[in-house]
Amino acid sequence: MATVETAAHNDTHKDNDGSWEGGSQPFKASYGKLMMWYFLVSDAFTFAGFLIAYGALRFSMPTWPVPDFVFSTTPFNGHGLPLVFVTVMTFILLASSFTMVRAVQEGHEENKRGVVKWMILTIVGGFMFLGCQAWEWNKLIGEEHMSITQNPFGTHTEDGVYLAGDGHYVNEGDTFVAGESYLVHKHDGEWAPLDFKVTSGPDAGMIKSQTLGPKAFGALFFFITGFHGFHVFSGIVIMLIVTINAATGLYIKRKNGYEMIEKVGLYWHFVDLVWVFVFLLFYLL
Amino acid sequence: MAHLTYEESKKSASKIIIILAIITIAEVLFALLGKGYLKEGIEFHPALMGGVMIIMSIVKAYLIIFEFMHMKYEAPGLAKSVLLPTLLLVWGVIAFTWEGSDWFKRRDLIKTKNERPMKDVKVGSVYDSAVTRNIG
Repeated sequence: MATVETAAHNDTHKDNDGSWEGGSQPFKASYGKLMMWYFLVSDAFTFAGFLIAYGALRFSMPTWPVPDFVFSTTPFNGHGLPLVFVTVMTFILLASSFTMVRAVQEGHEENKRGVVKWMILTIVGGFMFLGCQAWEWNKLIGEEHMSITQNPFGTHTEDGVYLAGDGHYVNEGDTFVAGESYLVHKHDGEWAPLDFKVTSGPDAGMIKSQTLGPKAFGALFFFITGFHGFHVFSGIVIMLIVTINAATGLYIKRKNGYEMIEKVGLYWHFVDLVWVFVFLLFYLL
Repeated sequence: MAHLTYEESKKSASKIIIILAIITIAEVLFALLGKGYLKEGIEFHPALMGGVMIIMSIVKAYLIIFEFMHMKYEAPGLAKSVLLPTLLLVWGVIAFTWEGSDWFKRRDLIKTKNERPMKDVKVGSVYDSAVTRNIG
């Protein structure tokens, strides 16, 4: 009798001690951690839906803006450095993933100072990434007039020679080949496409005018990088909250190796993981 | 986590971040090289470029999930219940890029049909229904 009572008592004790109501934790993970994983699965499907739509629309277009032309500006050196700025952004996000790993490790050691230090570095990384993205968007919207309905980045489908210049990068008489990209500028709020003479193909000799590129490009770019940026922003907010909690000593009392930091860490790594694929589809391919 | 000491896990994190950085640089250099920015006259086939970069990205994804997110140390059931559903996405990618290429092939047909004057459209004619079927 006495043994049964002790066992029952132990079970109740175990229930209150962190295991789920059933008595033992499924998959040896806490409720919060497992649910974070499943949230990330659903979020992965949302992002995959967007990225697959990007793929389908891109495959359906005769031309697509060349990323090395669209994303070739940096704040410091102006034009003509393809992919440099976005590589910097990628490194910032990777570095913040690393500092997050370190914060989780310090948490396992129950080292409050270490956790707070590495969390602050991670938050700084997140802000730096958002700053870069804000600069990139500002450039695309403010200076290059890309919007969700208009995309000034076009691609030539024939060889030709320009009959006029734009005063910046294109001069009268410049030649181009099929597959080269161009940016249609705006003058006084009006699109100012340049005229060119076709020198190849069945239309050789005809005079044509630059046309705007596939408009889906603008919509997909702003929605997908915007949705990712929104994840980064929410990540920063959540990290600020848990960092303050950690700094005030809340997680010391829980004695569970700063598990909250680990759960937020999973989310933050996921944001990095999504960026790997956004980077691949928008910038590399 | 439990499988590594603090020092070991610190070392492993540094190792993984360096590998991730190297793969990222390799991706960018490969993209620039393949499109002829680094050396004149070199251009890789788009399928080769795409294939290599997709594989490098998947390696990066593997490292982030298994090392940084510690999937390596989770119960096998957890890993399966998280990773197996994402296999559906393989179908999604294949189906929808296929569909996209089909839209591309049919653009001209749709354009011709749209520009056809209304008086030429004989409702219910064999020709018309054949075109409709083709467009799907």
